[in-house]
Amino acid sequence: MTPLGIVDYYEAWWIQLIKAIVIFAIGLQIVPIVLIAERKLLGRFQGRYGPNRVGPYGVIQPLADILKLLGKEQSRPNTSIGPLYILAPTISIMTAVATFAIIPFGDAPHIFGTRVGLYGVDVSIGPLYIFALSAIAFYGLMLGGWASGSKYSFLGAMRAAAQLISYEVSQGLALVGVLITAGTLSLTQIVHAQEGMWYIVPQLAGFLIFMVAAFAETNRAPFDLAEADAELVGGYNTEYGGGRFASYYFAEYLNVVVVSGVATTLFLGGWLIPGWHSEPAWLDPFVVLFKMTLFVIFFIWIRATLPRLRYDQLMSFGWKVLLPLATLNTLITAIVVVAVHG
Amino acid sequence: MSATPAADARWSPGDDQIEVQRAPEPGGAGGAYRAFGETLRGLKTTLARVVEGVNTIQYPEQKVAVYPRFRGRHKLHRFEDSTDGQAGLEKCVGCSLCAAACPADCIRVVAAENTPEMRVSAGERYAAVYEINMSRCIFCGYCEVACPFDAITMGHDYELSDYNRGDLIFTKEMLLAEPLDASPLRAEGE
Repeated sequence: MTPLGIVDYYEAWWIQLIKAIVIFAIGLQIVPIVLIAERKLLGRFQGRYGPNRVGPYGVIQPLADILKLLGKEQSRPNTSIGPLYILAPTISIMTAVATFAIIPFGDAPHIFGTRVGLYGVDVSIGPLYIFALSAIAFYGLMLGGWASGSKYSFLGAMRAAAQLISYEVSQGLALVGVLITAGTLSLTQIVHAQEGMWYIVPQLAGFLIFMVAAFAETNRAPFDLAEADAELVGGYNTEYGGGRFASYYFAEYLNVVVVSGVATTLFLGGWLIPGWHSEPAWLDPFVVLFKMTLFVIFFIWIRATLPRLRYDQLMSFGWKVLLPLATLNTLITAIVVVAVHG
Repeated sequence: MSATPAADARWSPGDDQIEVQRAPEPGGAGGAYRAFGETLRGLKTTLARVVEGVNTIQYPEQKVAVYPRFRGRHKLHRFEDSTDGQAGLEKCVGCSLCAAACPADCIRVVAAENTPEMRVSAGERYAAVYEINMSRCIFCGYCEVACPFDAITMGHDYELSDYNRGDLIFTKEMLLAEPLDASPLRAEGE
């Protein structure tokens, strides 16, 4: 029995291994692109060019940044707790990459006679898997901030903890509407269920709530209180430098990509093109990447627009506005679904 | 700590009391509606900046043109040509009025007598040493005003960085020479 043979799955174990490597590689390629795209776009939104000195149009700027970070000394404060301090960034990046594994880039076409799913794994509990991993990712921030032994890191970690817990509830409830409508937890099945209509139309409220919560979950502006530079120096990653900081940075941007992928899958019909049901299978990943790009640009656009929220506003918005709206959305969806299909 | 009723009875603001109009409390459906509406307005504003294009001047390649009265690096002057044989002589006579006027005390002048064999300036004396410490200069232009012979004027060169502080002490030869890379100049009133 092969090591993975115990998992009853239609793909051979070696296909899964290859897919794991490919997905990891793609994930690591996307992040530098997002980095440069963010800096260039932020520049445009502010009437300037952004980085344009390293390479043609500055496109290899992220490479230079990352090489610089990797070339730095791995130092840590005397007050830090060694093993946890080293472990925390790896938790962050591991969960980000693991979440990337279940985003479907297409159906399961036949490649060279074998059926290969264009995703890491089609788990039957898709959204639960995402939330499980984002709950673990929170340990990356929390342990990092706490193990640094610095008050700014600790404050940032506390904020991150409160924020992630508050918004995870709304994010989960926003997805429940989609899950009730689709009647399945498998992400590929959810995409197939959207063949008639993308869920952004019937689940518009759920989509808006999901997006707001996604900004908070990824610690992006205007909810970047966990690393509020002006007040906390850098938040939970203040004491990190070099490769460990690069890990945090990578995880943060990979999370943006992952959330974009989840939103694409659940609300924008994944690889589906409206009005074209017989598109070739090789087109699917590009459709998904295109939709993800739109979301990433939206994330950057929002960052260029909105100022950071005050802490009490963040909390009151999360608990008093978002959570009741998400609950109401779930309730109405449930009633409508029962009334129509019941 | 809340004020006691007795304290309230002693003083009332009367006409000094003003009504302050405050934004509604955040929260509720109205708050969410406002938040989304204002967010859309903000997104429109930032997108307009993209449409507007960039305003950056790519500095080392492009430079901002300076106005004629811009006060940049000093220049010392020679007589260009004249009928009484002064052409090429320095205008500076080493009177040190510029050094006296300088609020930053960055000008050093050591004067020497002109001799018939070596005639440097048009007057009786000339500046044997004329140094301006550019790391101290505040570019106020008082030296230019103080000079009775218009020997020193403020130029347009503003690229004055260097690797050593010592290199920022400009000597007479450096000040007399034309700047290598002249800054672009814009017309008055442009």
